[in-house]
Amino acid sequence: MIGSFLADGYIPPGAEEVFPPEIFGQVPWFDKAILLVIISVFVISVFLWAAVRRPALVPGRMQFTGELLYNFVRNGIGRDIIGSKDYMTFVPLLFTLFTYIMVNNLWGVTPFVSFPPMAHIAFPMVLALIVLVVYNVAGIRRQGLGRYFKDVMFIPGVPAFVYPILAPIELLTILFIRPFTLTLRLFANMFAGHMLLLVFVTGAEYMIFEVSNPALKAAGLLTGVLAIVMSLFELFVELFQAYIFALLTALYISGAVNEGH
Amino acid sequence: MTVLVAEINPLVPKTAEIVVALITFGILYWFVAKIVVPRFEKTYAERTEAIEGGLAKAEEAQASAAAALEQYQAQLADARGEAGQIREEARTQGAAILVEMRQQAQAEADRLVTNAQAQIEAERSSAVASLHAEVGTLASQLAAKIVGESLANDEIQQRVIDRFLADLESQPSGRAN
Repeated sequence: MIGSFLADGYIPPGAEEVFPPEIFGQVPWFDKAILLVIISVFVISVFLWAAVRRPALVPGRMQFTGELLYNFVRNGIGRDIIGSKDYMTFVPLLFTLFTYIMVNNLWGVTPFVSFPPMAHIAFPMVLALIVLVVYNVAGIRRQGLGRYFKDVMFIPGVPAFVYPILAPIELLTILFIRPFTLTLRLFANMFAGHMLLLVFVTGAEYMIFEVSNPALKAAGLLTGVLAIVMSLFELFVELFQAYIFALLTALYISGAVNEGH
Repeated sequence: MTVLVAEINPLVPKTAEIVVALITFGILYWFVAKIVVPRFEKTYAERTEAIEGGLAKAEEAQASAAAALEQYQAQLADARGEAGQIREEARTQGAAILVEMRQQAQAEADRLVTNAQAQIEAERSSAVASLHAEVGTLASQLAAKIVGESLANDEIQQRVIDRFLADLESQPSGRAN
């Protein structure tokens, strides 16, 4: 049946769906992702400015919402993971990462936009590289270059004969694997989520409007309902990925600045 | 399809996007680090201070209130004790006064009774004496008239009178009164 269904002319969405044509023909590099990222930063800035514009001991609605978000990152991610001694240094980074990724991701379920810029690998990659630089520099500044790498590569309590295998892996981890997984996790989640929603939405559309078979029409309606369910699931994934990115950043920083990890 | 996938490799970052990512993230980071976080932290510090100040003030007020209460209670206890003492004293004094008054009244009554008795006795005595004389005179006059001779002899006269009076006194008391 699927064969006949495909033969009818349904074209499943491919990678090209994540790369819509440039919105301004004259400016070839200015794509949808770039536009959305710029809007995101603008939206976040406006919101945060509204939250801190007139700080009051008894907060208004905007300030309260801002404080809720800020507290979540500052205490829930920063203080609880990095520790009370030096987490404040990294709170701006964690908060920026969290809001930046979260708002950009939320475009994925925004009606008439439905496009997560983080599905373009450049954005997660840049963020992961920033994180890479931050935690390594923090570790080196805290412990000194030699001790930092020695601490990372030669984990105490491990038998000496394991070091030849373990030391390169650990070095590779902090210099390459961590940023790589950070990038891939965020990128792949957004990319796959976007494709998933597209499959459900285009599939439902096709089965309801293009196919005459009543059974397929019913299946199309079901698919449409599932598209809504999947959108809610995507919303969760989008928020969760922002949290995970900030959380892992905090963990990496914590490992670098807290000795004897 | 295959042509499209070959053209677009999602794992290859676009240079323009890398630049935009760096710039936008940089701007947001600057804004957050320079303006948002300091303002939130300042508000927190002020709030903590306000709350702690309020707590200290409340504690102070509570302590002073407790002290005042204690003082009042002590004063009240004192007053109660004093009142009890005064009441006790009054009761004792009252009882003493009562006893004294009673004694005085009794004495007065006794005195009055005694006086009255003495007076009655004196009056009775004087009445008896005057009656003595009068009855004696009357009786002798009467006897002289009856006998027809004057009892000139005082001695005889006296004896007659005495006998008569003794007779009178020996009569039943109901008649005498």
